[in-house]
Amino acid sequence: MRFGVVVFPGTWSDCDFHYVISEVLHEPVKYVWHRDRDLDDLDCVILPGGFSYGDYLRAGAVAGRSPVVEALRDFVARGGYVLGSCNGFQILCEAGLLPGALLRNECLQYRCQSTHLVVENVETPFTRGLRPGQVLTMPISHGEGKYHADPETLRLLKDQRRIVFRYADAEGRVTRAANPNGSLENIAGLVNPEGTVLGLMPHPERAAEAALGSTDGLLLFQSLLGSLVEDGSFLKR
Amino acid sequence: MTGAPPKVTLDLARDSGLTAEEYDRILQRLGREPTYAELGLFAALWSEHCAYKHSRVFLSRLPTEGARVLQGPGENAGAIDIGDGWAVVFKIESHNHPSFIEPFQGAATGVGGILRDIFTMGARPIALLDSLRFGEFDDPKTRRLVEGVVSGISWYGNCFGCPTVGGEVAFAPEYAGNPLVNVMCVGLVRADAIFRARAEGVGNPVFYVGNKTGRDGIHGATMASATFDDSASERRPTVQVGDPFTEKLLLEACLEAMKTGAVVGIQDMGAAGLACCTSEMPARAGTGMDVELSRVPQREVAMTPYEILLSESQERMLLVAARGREEELRRIFAKWELDAVEIGRVTASGTLTARLRGQVVAHVPVNLLAEAPKYTKPTAPPAWLAERLAFDPLTLPEPADYGEALLALCASPTIASKEWAFRQYDQQVGLNTLVLPGSDAAVLRVKGTSRALAVSTDGNGRHVFLDPRRGAAMAVSEAARNVSCSGATPVGATDCMNFGSPERPEILWQFAHAIDGIAEACRALEIPVVGGNVSFYNETNGQAILPTPIIGVVGVLEDTGRRATQWFKASGHRVALLGPPHVSLGGSEFLWRAHRRLCGTLAPLDLEVERKVQAAVRAAVSAGLVTAAHDCAEGGIAVALAEGCVSGRGLVGCDAALDTADRADQVLFGEGPSRVVVAVEPERVRAFEALMAESAIPWRWIGATGGDRLVLRRGTTTLVDVALDRIEGAWRGGFERHMA
Repeated sequence: MRFGVVVFPGTWSDCDFHYVISEVLHEPVKYVWHRDRDLDDLDCVILPGGFSYGDYLRAGAVAGRSPVVEALRDFVARGGYVLGSCNGFQILCEAGLLPGALLRNECLQYRCQSTHLVVENVETPFTRGLRPGQVLTMPISHGEGKYHADPETLRLLKDQRRIVFRYADAEGRVTRAANPNGSLENIAGLVNPEGTVLGLMPHPERAAEAALGSTDGLLLFQSLLGSLVEDGSFLKR
Repeated sequence: MTGAPPKVTLDLARDSGLTAEEYDRILQRLGREPTYAELGLFAALWSEHCAYKHSRVFLSRLPTEGARVLQGPGENAGAIDIGDGWAVVFKIESHNHPSFIEPFQGAATGVGGILRDIFTMGARPIALLDSLRFGEFDDPKTRRLVEGVVSGISWYGNCFGCPTVGGEVAFAPEYAGNPLVNVMCVGLVRADAIFRARAEGVGNPVFYVGNKTGRDGIHGATMASATFDDSASERRPTVQVGDPFTEKLLLEACLEAMKTGAVVGIQDMGAAGLACCTSEMPARAGTGMDVELSRVPQREVAMTPYEILLSESQERMLLVAARGREEELRRIFAKWELDAVEIGRVTASGTLTARLRGQVVAHVPVNLLAEAPKYTKPTAPPAWLAERLAFDPLTLPEPADYGEALLALCASPTIASKEWAFRQYDQQVGLNTLVLPGSDAAVLRVKGTSRALAVSTDGNGRHVFLDPRRGAAMAVSEAARNVSCSGATPVGATDCMNFGSPERPEILWQFAHAIDGIAEACRALEIPVVGGNVSFYNETNGQAILPTPIIGVVGVLEDTGRRATQWFKASGHRVALLGPPHVSLGGSEFLWRAHRRLCGTLAPLDLEVERKVQAAVRAAVSAGLVTAAHDCAEGGIAVALAEGCVSGRGLVGCDAALDTADRADQVLFGEGPSRVVVAVEPERVRAFEALMAESAIPWRWIGATGGDRLVLRRGTTTLVDVALDRIEGAWRGGFERHMA
């Protein structure tokens, strides 16, 4: 599977995703400059964390209108996979590739901490290797991660089972205390109707090695890789 | 400002911070009156902040050499060889004055400045640590200052993308009018690819890169070279405004440019901005520089040569390129959407010639600018010191309840958990942080090798106040001990010397003795000082801060898997205290919290014992014999054990016996150097005992982990018996409750 990690001015999780994909997963990966429109040789595009364009105007607002994100629409229409984490999730919402918006954290401060995520939908390419109700440990690091959507959108997201992760406690209970940023109904991650575009505020790349505290982030990649292997053998590795 | 520049007179020179003698010297050496722009150059470059004119004679006493040292003091930062072709580049710097005037931008640009010092060396910054000092929370300003400083650090560091992994925060009334913001940055570079701030090669083009120049920060260096009074807020315009996004672009552009081989030398435009770079870079290389100021990218109109030279606008660099390779550089900076403008050439003249539209506005020998006068001002011990030292803390009453006394100490904002601050900082970007903030030292792996770096910053103003020499030596020892507790071997240090006005003999006396103490400890522990910063004039309305040297130590851990953290991991482990029994309540956190007194004498420091204890801890960690190692610092052994119980993921109790004849408050809360608490699994006890016997250090078993209480006994008496959830509540809430 060929991965592309997009680099905007101000992106900083680009190297981390690149490292995990090449050094931990041993899959082919390259950087994609924000002015590039050619995504033809890629199977999955990563929109990493950081402060693209300094988050000026709104987080992700400028990047959401960049050439590479314009090209993503065709890429998605052709069935390509997109994973946006942190600033990448903000960019996907700003670009309209996912619904809703990410607002300033309810505490009005930046938050860098470990969180627990409960898995709600295991029928997406990114979560098919997981169990429903499984609890993942993954860090967050953001100032604007409070997910918001209007009631109609929220109903649609629920009807279409597009809410993939919610912030939860260690036992998987979705509580107010476990919500680090005031997100609507503890929403931490969601997908497009086809399930091929995933946006989440937590950082899977920071939970990809035991030495750094968790390997749960790898499960997303392994699910995705499994989706491309006919017999699902990747999942058994 | 338009029209003709003001006429240069002695009065004007005095107003800009120069003395009559210094002005005379300028007249004599130039053989004429300086122009207004030239006066600005001298005022900035001969300021204490840039020239270290009161401290240089003392700083030369520090040991700066060692087999691993690749770059000592005098460059943007120091560099140490860590093996496998890698070097660690690091430095600590203060941004105290700006942070008092405007806490958010002051702290933010402090982070920005030290980041640039690291990446101008060619290194990618991998970690930030902040040492902060504030007044007590009963001062109504404190909360606002803490909020401003922490959010400024958070904003700049997070947006730039360098993790904040450590540091400390302490509170004392002496910092109320003058908080301290010291930031240390650590970077990694290939040992053969270190860049230096030298303008080599006559005829090479000089490039201005990065942000545009505005009027912000003019006189920043001179502001940092004077004390404050109540009008400090009027100086707000001298504080620079940061842009971490531009800094991130500058980082990527500079590192990419350096890879091409087209960069000859590079320096950050920090204090005294363009003036500093255009004189220091040629001075280091024995060359000159000829620059055209109208080419400098500007974001304000009608800037004068004086303003362009002295602006401290952030996120700018001066770069000397290899002639003929200008296009390559322009392409890279254009890709990152940054200005890169050729503003002049390196010359053989030995002078800095600055022009405005061709007309010379300054023409000064670079050596004259770079070689400010050095002063050896009088020093004298403070008159009040003898009385403070003579007071015996043991004449004060003992606490009625030692358990409550321990809880009060755990809730002291200085000792309590700093999670409120750290959770606002990105701690992990870069995927290197193996030990997050909260242990004695942060540990960062070096990818592609089996090694890791351990980093810690420490300093205790009360100790240095009572005994500058021993207190400063203890700060070095503690920073090194924290690194050793993680299992790493200290390899280099950086110092940030925060003091009052050096023109007062008692302050300079504190400074001189503190330097001697640092030198002594660094020699004994074989840790070269490869860079640092002096911040004088930390006083407001005549009230100086506690003399506060902050020491940053970097260590190398040979095997990332063989490391230790400070918290107890499980029940049933035996607990030992390594190091001497000597402690004192003099200058302790307990004496301040319980009795509001700063007096007494410090415990003795035997550097040979310190060295051996650290070596023993490292040996025990690397042999996998200990499950926790924690330095005894503020609050003494009682607090060290309490932190061992509650600072980890789960709570682990402890029962320990402290059998010395001293009074109980001294036994529990007395502070002394060279002491480390370790926990050992039962099956490793014999091996551990054998190693300790070999190490020839004082040590003894004091108890075991287990249960849900911390119990501290002496003989048949139980001094402390407190439930862990109460300790945890006090420790977790002690700082945060003031910020809620």
